[in-house]
Amino acid sequence: MVTKEAIWNLLSEIPDPEIPAISIVELGVVRKVDIVDNKYLVSITPTYSGCPALNRMEDDIKKELSKHDIDFEIKTQLYPPWTTDWMSQETKDKLENFGISPPTKIVKCPQCKSSDVELISFFASTACKSMYKCNSCLEPFDHFKCI
Amino acid sequence: MNFSTDFEKYIARLADSNMIMGQRLSELCSKGPYLEQDIAISNIALDYLGQASMLYELLKKAGGDKHSVDDYVFYRNERNYYNLLLVEQDNGHFGKTMAKIFLYSTYQKILYSYLSKSTNDDIKAIALKSIKEVNYHFKHSRAWVLRLGDGTKESKIKIQESIDELWRFTGEIFESDDVENNLISENIITASNTFYPQWSKIVKETLQEALLTEPENVVMLTGGKKGLHTEKLGFMLAEMQYLPRTYPNAKW
Repeated sequence: MVTKEAIWNLLSEIPDPEIPAISIVELGVVRKVDIVDNKYLVSITPTYSGCPALNRMEDDIKKELSKHDIDFEIKTQLYPPWTTDWMSQETKDKLENFGISPPTKIVKCPQCKSSDVELISFFASTACKSMYKCNSCLEPFDHFKCI
Repeated sequence: MNFSTDFEKYIARLADSNMIMGQRLSELCSKGPYLEQDIAISNIALDYLGQASMLYELLKKAGGDKHSVDDYVFYRNERNYYNLLLVEQDNGHFGKTMAKIFLYSTYQKILYSYLSKSTNDDIKAIALKSIKEVNYHFKHSRAWVLRLGDGTKESKIKIQESIDELWRFTGEIFESDDVENNLISENIITASNTFYPQWSKIVKETLQEALLTEPENVVMLTGGKKGLHTEKLGFMLAEMQYLPRTYPNAKW
């Protein structure tokens, strides 16, 4: 049987289907890896309850772990509810380099770093983001909502 | 398909209201007045469907896994749907849609804040998850009520008419009945009639700020929680359920 650490490493290689700059582990969707009855139990949590990417993430996990002949099960865990607080500074930096303003209280333009920005809509290309416009460089951008 | 316990009956009410709300809003997908609003409405619809799906999963578990989530949604008739009358009303124009989301999300904010203290871990988890989403629905729809009320002459008339038209469906939200009694005594839920003062305060303040008038002496319609609906629901279910009933287990 492979180690738990090896499972975590495999999962860390799976990119988020909508924001490929970060992995599903960095996003905080993978909550736990346990061993139950000689089987791995991978617990995942949805970012938003209706997030259509969750099924895709589940498929990606199945595909990745099946490649390595690992006996596993995937379980959806709702509690504690997913929060952007679980994101590390390193992950936030990756988002910013990718052009998405990370989930921080003060919203800054990911392009020119100006904080002179304007909210256009609470909702954007995905449920987890809102839409802003930078008043300095005039670029529109997505901001990862703090929830 | 009948629900035997009060717990199932109560969860079905919450699940059905979210499902019907989400289904109604998804009718507007690609029809929003401009792109940002289209995306916003679709995202809100998705949240409602997501919340409904968590609640149906709980219903499935409570019912001993005898039915699938799809069974609940596609194989129940109008009389076995227990959603609020408010959510089945048609979208109408953009202002009416926003007014509906505003009245409903104000209630949901209060509902979920109480349910997040439930002694039932599943309900607590669903409430804590959902409330984060509902806060955005509330902020978004409230902002539109303000903008349309304190907007042009035309927008003010339209949003006022929408509030007036939907008001008769709000009384039912705060009705408590026998289904709730046992669940309240076990601290699983909080009585629906306790939500009214908070809801009324928020709605009143918002309408005032939007320069709108709160409807008075309105005769309230009721029945949704018992499966008695307005004529709107049947048409909606017919369209939604047609495919899985005509071609059971269809896949594509």
